[in-house]
Amino acid sequence: MSTTTVQGTKWWAGGKSPFNATYGKVMMWYFLMSDAFTFGAFLISYGTIRFSVNFWPDPNQVFNAFPGFGHQDLPLSFVSLMTFILIFSSVTMVLAVHQGRHMNRKGVEKYMILTILGGIAFLSCQAWEWTHLITGEHKVLVNGALETWGTTVSKNPWGPAVPHEQLSALGLAASEHVTTPGPVAFGGYFFGITGFHGFHVFTGVLVNTIMLIKTRLGHFDQRGHYEMIEKAGLYWHFVDLVWVFVFLCFYLI
Amino acid sequence: MSNHSATSEITFEHAPAENTSRIWKVFWLLSFLTAAELLLGYGHARHWYGGNEGLILFVKGVICILTAFKAYYIVSVFMHLGDEVRNLIMTIVTPLLLFVWFIIAFLWDGDSWKTLRNTDAHSRPNIENIKHHAPASAMPGEKP
Repeated sequence: MSTTTVQGTKWWAGGKSPFNATYGKVMMWYFLMSDAFTFGAFLISYGTIRFSVNFWPDPNQVFNAFPGFGHQDLPLSFVSLMTFILIFSSVTMVLAVHQGRHMNRKGVEKYMILTILGGIAFLSCQAWEWTHLITGEHKVLVNGALETWGTTVSKNPWGPAVPHEQLSALGLAASEHVTTPGPVAFGGYFFGITGFHGFHVFTGVLVNTIMLIKTRLGHFDQRGHYEMIEKAGLYWHFVDLVWVFVFLCFYLI
Repeated sequence: MSNHSATSEITFEHAPAENTSRIWKVFWLLSFLTAAELLLGYGHARHWYGGNEGLILFVKGVICILTAFKAYYIVSVFMHLGDEVRNLIMTIVTPLLLFVWFIIAFLWDGDSWKTLRNTDAHSRPNIENIKHHAPASAMPGEKP
């Protein structure tokens, strides 16, 4: 195939797909485009609310824990692990597609298994992070009384810190870290958007598992092509693409 | 032409890539861009930029641009959109341009709400930069 023959083609003359792609693949692209608008709407809504308030929690304070490291301050560390897990599972997915193009069933199986494991690893990380946020205990000064809060959709313990003078007025040591309630929208946006993304990862793992089973049963060899792997791959890469933006909006900036 | 053409809808079959070198090249590129983002973000977490608001905003802008490059490589190479014909690329990319307007308009709106709240709809001086430690007024025995 040379580029010149593609350019000389009368794509809109009828009798062929003007997109040089199968119906299924074109529709997968349109689904992903609509899904991009859904995620985009969520993230832009989050940005709008964040721009509309005077104070927003510092992600480096909220997301600074790593399993097994107790209360050490390790900003960005756990989310880096999650990001690299997802990038790597994206690579194994594109390698599975590559093996499929070469009609190599064993290769497809191997890389699909690795991709599924990557997806499960990511979901496990997310489960840990959610649990850590929800069950974490933080001292919050609410209407003059101390309360212990976790991060939920209705409670945000990550407001501005209470100054030392006020701590001693309350009979607390100056070293104590006490905050005031932060903007309540924080938890809703974080759990809503990462949850919606995690649901996509979960669906992607399911789709990839079905594709692995179909590969093992030899369905694609019978069909003569591995295009289903390519379509599942498009969805999986989209999930990785969304994470790139979730990572940017919630953890980096 | 490849012998496993999916359907007659395909006019030109893309020849499958000979090896996986391009995939690994993009993997290292994505890893490098992510590492650069993390380094810049880590600098923010460790207060390398001091209290310089302009510098922090610049660093965040650089991180956004690096993210845009990551998105481009994922879509173009991993999703193979770059290998598709121009008609398909345009039908996907053109609608997404709406995001340019969405982002500018909505963030502008959010900022406008903030100003309206801080100035009580422009009826008093802006209170944004007054340190507000919420409980101060609600402390028992203190005047609001």
